[in-house]
Amino acid sequence: MAKSASVQVLGSWASPFSNRVQLALKLKSVEYELVEEAFYVSKSDRLVKANPVYQKIPVLIHDEKPVCESLVIVEYIDEAWTGKGPSILPSDPYDRAIARFWAGYIDEKWFPTMKQLETASGDEEKFAVVGKVLEGFALLEEAFAKCSKGKAFFGGDEVGYLDIALGCFLGWAERFLSHDVAKDILPDALKILEFFGKVQAARAAAATTAAE
Amino acid sequence: MASDKVKLLGAWQSPYAMRARIALQMKSVEYEYEEEDLLAAKSDLLLKSNPIYKKVPVLIHAHRPVSESLVILQYIDEVWAPGPAILPADPYDRAIARFWAAYIDDKWFLHLRTSVLSEGQEAKSAAEESAEGLVLLEEAFTMCSKGQKFFGGERIGYLDIVLGSFLGWIRVTEQRANSSLIDESKTPKLFEWAQHFCADVAVKDVMHQTDKLFEFAKLLAAKHKSSRET
Repeated sequence: MAKSASVQVLGSWASPFSNRVQLALKLKSVEYELVEEAFYVSKSDRLVKANPVYQKIPVLIHDEKPVCESLVIVEYIDEAWTGKGPSILPSDPYDRAIARFWAGYIDEKWFPTMKQLETASGDEEKFAVVGKVLEGFALLEEAFAKCSKGKAFFGGDEVGYLDIALGCFLGWAERFLSHDVAKDILPDALKILEFFGKVQAARAAAATTAAE
Repeated sequence: MASDKVKLLGAWQSPYAMRARIALQMKSVEYEYEEEDLLAAKSDLLLKSNPIYKKVPVLIHAHRPVSESLVILQYIDEVWAPGPAILPADPYDRAIARFWAAYIDDKWFLHLRTSVLSEGQEAKSAAEESAEGLVLLEEAFTMCSKGQKFFGGERIGYLDIVLGSFLGWIRVTEQRANSSLIDESKTPKLFEWAQHFCADVAVKDVMHQTDKLFEFAKLLAAKHKSSRET
């Protein structure tokens, strides 16, 4: 029997954006009900009602009030459960600005470029897209160096906003690595492997810590 | 930290740069303004302080650059916290404000942009879509304002600044398309809001002069047309 939860997530295990919300709730130890939406099949009435503008997951419903857009939801979770669990965003305004900047970059530039790989046709186009993806990784690597200040995560000692914003794409990264085009450009694929090896190890550590 | 030197790289045509100026004005922050000529080559300072996007506005505070207007607005709100609040206090209201700001910048603006740059039927359809988006924003206004003058309530706030900064461009589009986007009958609340917003002390000195912007729009549209034809 479904318990009546004051926190519901309309989402899906398959969606990185939905995963962001779940990661944030987990960090804050907030109990919630995940309502699995078969978003790739059809839009449920429930979803359309909760998110009439975009009709997309994830949607957080807190005390019957919906919040949409994954990054907006993550900030909401940080603010609504302030003082419970670790802070998701950094405390310093400049660090917060940097985190928000890179999260925006990930959603507006980096992820769309990754997606282009699926539709790129012909070697020339594929090569150009991979080039852009690698440039993106290099930028994110730089961002990581600056934000982490030598520690394990973008957020420092703890998993934070930017870790969540990027880490949710690890599933995609694995697919990218096994994509033919990445295999063809082996040295560069190895570089990506290295980068994500780091992030993956950090993610595993976070999961262990969160479970404790 | 709040007393460190502040510099803003902007451009008179840019609604995004206007947002930063409004926010700094609201917080009574003294700053040095540097104009970037959008028709000339990008300045060294711009390339250095915003290497990723190479766009205005960039806020440089204590020699550290902050880019992306929505990020800048929140930064200003947080650094100069004692001044009038830009974002609402309640987490849910903040989420709603951020949601609509993202809608304005990621979805709605694309239609406005198309209507400015293109011509004929394409421009007309884009203007219509902009108008439809404003009907949605009228609903958002009802929800956010709770009967008061602004999205932010009694005083201008985040969402007022995000949408209000486009008023100059909205007027230009209305002139070019010869139809209204903020319509007294279809979007009566926004119609009234626009007047209040432009009269606000933090806005009136930086709001666009429509005729100047109109001329610039013609230039942009011509450039756009010729780049499509080559």
